[in-house]
Amino acid sequence: MNIQGENKSRNNLIGLLPLWIVMGVFMIGPLIVMAFVSIMESNSYGGIHLKFDLSGYRQILFDTNLFDEMEFNPAYLIIIGRSFLLAVAATIISLIIGFPVAYYISRQKDSVKNILIFLVTIPFWTNLLIRTFAWIIILGKDGVIENSFGFIGIIDDDDSLNLMYTNTAILIGLVYSYIPLMVLPIYSSMEKLDVRLIEAASDLYSTRINLIFKIILPLTLPGIIGGSILVFVPCLGAFIAPDLLGGGKKLLLGSLIQFQFAYARNWPFGAAIAMVLLALIVTILYLNARVNRRHEQNA
Amino acid sequence: MLNLMFKRKKFLRVWEFPGFLTWTFFFFGFLYIPIVILVIYSFNSSKFAMIWTGFSFRWYEKLLTNDDMQQAALNSLYVAFVAAPCATAIATLTALVVVRGGSFKSKEFSNGLVTLPLMVPEIVTAVATLIFFAFIGINLGLINVMIAHTVFCIPFAYMPIKASLEAMDPTLEVAARDLYSDRNSTFRYITLPLLMPGILSGFMLAFVISIDDFIITLMVAGGGSTTLPVYIYSMIKMGVTPEVNAISTLMLAFSIILVTGYWVFSKKS
Amino acid sequence: MKISKTNAIEVQNVTKVYGSGESSVKALDNANLIIYDNEFFTLLGPSGCGKTTLLRLIAGFEDITNGRINLFNEELISLPPNKRPVNTVFQQYALFPHLNVFENVAFGLRRLDKDNDFVIKRSNEVLELVQMQDYAFRRPNQLSGGQQQRIALARALAPEPKVLLLDEPLSALDLKLRQAMRVELKTLQKETGITFVFVTHDQEEALTMSDRIAVINQGSIQQIGNPEEIYEKPSNQFVANFIGEANLILGKCEKTGINGICKLQTGHKISINIPDKFNKGDNLTIFIRPERIKINKSKGSSLSQIQEFTYLGNAAHIELLSNGVSVNATLPIDKVKNFKKGDKIEIEFPKSFAQIINT
Repeated sequence: MNIQGENKSRNNLIGLLPLWIVMGVFMIGPLIVMAFVSIMESNSYGGIHLKFDLSGYRQILFDTNLFDEMEFNPAYLIIIGRSFLLAVAATIISLIIGFPVAYYISRQKDSVKNILIFLVTIPFWTNLLIRTFAWIIILGKDGVIENSFGFIGIIDDDDSLNLMYTNTAILIGLVYSYIPLMVLPIYSSMEKLDVRLIEAASDLYSTRINLIFKIILPLTLPGIIGGSILVFVPCLGAFIAPDLLGGGKKLLLGSLIQFQFAYARNWPFGAAIAMVLLALIVTILYLNARVNRRHEQNA
Repeated sequence: MLNLMFKRKKFLRVWEFPGFLTWTFFFFGFLYIPIVILVIYSFNSSKFAMIWTGFSFRWYEKLLTNDDMQQAALNSLYVAFVAAPCATAIATLTALVVVRGGSFKSKEFSNGLVTLPLMVPEIVTAVATLIFFAFIGINLGLINVMIAHTVFCIPFAYMPIKASLEAMDPTLEVAARDLYSDRNSTFRYITLPLLMPGILSGFMLAFVISIDDFIITLMVAGGGSTTLPVYIYSMIKMGVTPEVNAISTLMLAFSIILVTGYWVFSKKS
Repeated sequence: MKISKTNAIEVQNVTKVYGSGESSVKALDNANLIIYDNEFFTLLGPSGCGKTTLLRLIAGFEDITNGRINLFNEELISLPPNKRPVNTVFQQYALFPHLNVFENVAFGLRRLDKDNDFVIKRSNEVLELVQMQDYAFRRPNQLSGGQQQRIALARALAPEPKVLLLDEPLSALDLKLRQAMRVELKTLQKETGITFVFVTHDQEEALTMSDRIAVINQGSIQQIGNPEEIYEKPSNQFVANFIGEANLILGKCEKTGINGICKLQTGHKISINIPDKFNKGDNLTIFIRPERIKINKSKGSSLSQIQEFTYLGNAAHIELLSNGVSVNATLPIDKVKNFKKGDKIEIEFPKSFAQIINT
């Protein structure tokens, strides 16, 4: 409708004003300020001195030793690398676990489908902290696993499997946190698959392996990519799993950043790392957008 | 192999995979057993969270005397009951413009702007907001938290509202205008009633997201403005006691009942 | 008794352009027409011709780029649709799903702040008019297509508009229902006396229902007239082709005047009224309907031969080829019972039904 006398553009602008103000001031503003802080000099009481200083970024790679010389410090690169690898591992594991589930659910009757999908979604609406905490009970010293193993007699009462505070524990936590976000997009992709297509294809491809690789995987690729992004991005910046299940020992990007603000009071450094994380995420999202666009052009 | 397949009453077709049922079953086990364990242990009469000694309500009783925790829970509700409506209102306005506003230059940009909080990792948003509030000098305790929550609740409220609006026949509003209804009346008698399920859906999403938020609140909340998840975190840091299990069970129950109730309700209508 | 006609709607030099710059679309180009009070007026044309655009401009859903529209001599431009005493029946009915039938029908009256007693009385009145009084408390999704259409009609009629606009309201109905509704709509218009402006692409519908028709193509009004004028005397080839079937045969003028002579490309020399504005040697296009052609079996050599003979039941459709030019004839079955494919034929083009037509 374009009614004579109604200024649609002006009405649109007025309607969007609240969004722009709120987002601009409280979302974009903070990001800009954070970028600004990352290039300022640190104030040891927390906060900054208004003085241009790149030591925030420099600290990622270099340490100043006792002689005021710059020494290459791999520690933070290791953290970045670990975060990246764990995120990749979590994504792949989520994919392997989640793909058959998505497939199975999409093959069910409508009523069953709805219930199953709802069951997949419920954890998403509960508190992530609590859900991760549950794993402390399971993996921890004298936790469920150790108790049951002790009960069966695999280990002695005083021994510990030391499952906590390991990369494995963090990995389990990450997968547990975000796997519903892998299942749902893949399921959605599979819903769009025409059943008749698969039935027709099964005439051509007599083995299941062929069916998977030649038909199902290519057609559900958008869902797979979507799910992977939805898992990978939060994993990269995760805080809860590394903090709770990794303790102070295995730092990831998320807990490293939080540490700078909660304890170390090194704001520029924390901001710099956050900027690095942001840059990584933006790159991945950009590549994803490119792939999506090419996929749409080919379709 | 054929004999194995005959065991089930029907043939397995090529596109039905054996073992996927079991796999899915274990998947749901993986998903829910930790929660079940958490709940069970909350009734553990032992002080040590991991060793089961008997059934007891004592930890729930302890909750009742924990004033700090109750204050934290109240704070969570205060924040959610402010952030969710604000986010829903802004999301509704935005959706109305984006879906019904015709084509205009900033449409793509606005659509992207709404979903910005979803694309930035939570820790980054948390830290940036902390820095921002310190910089600007806004130190209003719980209000800081409410502002931060409103911002990232907007995309969650926006999605169901936008979907609902897009599913609505645009001709209905044209028909209302034709029948002597001005813009306000059209919104009041036609658009709003039809949009209400979507708005309620968005509100509920925003509410639950706000209640559950942890990282952003952790960074942004000052001393006196703890919310329940942040309080639980500090309890965990101090040492694992079944009290944590108890409050966790309650929170889980709250979320699950809310979401399930809403799901059942929306299926009925 | 002379009945003076009031101008219900005047469309004056109306142009409507969508979009701007390179992607702009001219939906209506300088349209002019007058619709009289109490008449059943149809806007007829193919999809995308601009007929619905014109309707929407009258209703007020779109803004006019140029020109003006008057309703009973009052300019409509500055009025939003909710201030125009004009109501619309939409193609997909657009019934409000969250209101029951009664409230749908009462909607306009309520927005006009009529008091409740009047609203109830008038709504029931109009529900009876469309024979849907028993359905007052159903929901729209419980009604069939035909029933929904009646409610849409009732809803538009309830506020007693000066003009009723109908946007292809019958296109979603099946054939039998459509035919029944045509009669009902026509009767309704006569009973209520309201001016109906009816949009359709179905020429049969237009011919059977309308007092007058405006044929539109690509944003331009091609011809305005009553059904007989439109059918028998199309003003250009588009109208000739769009309404019914047409033979359009090229020829050369040999002599002008009332008993003028034209040599057709079919090889025939026909006697036809050629106005003086034409000259000897001019190229002319001759128009004649298939049912006006006369054919006889040829007793000797002939230029014309039957290419296809299609039995239609009460008539036959005969495709003739004459000197390489295709001529179509549709004739009652008893006249052409013994004709078959391959027969040599004499064609007659009766003077009273052949006419010169412009492009």
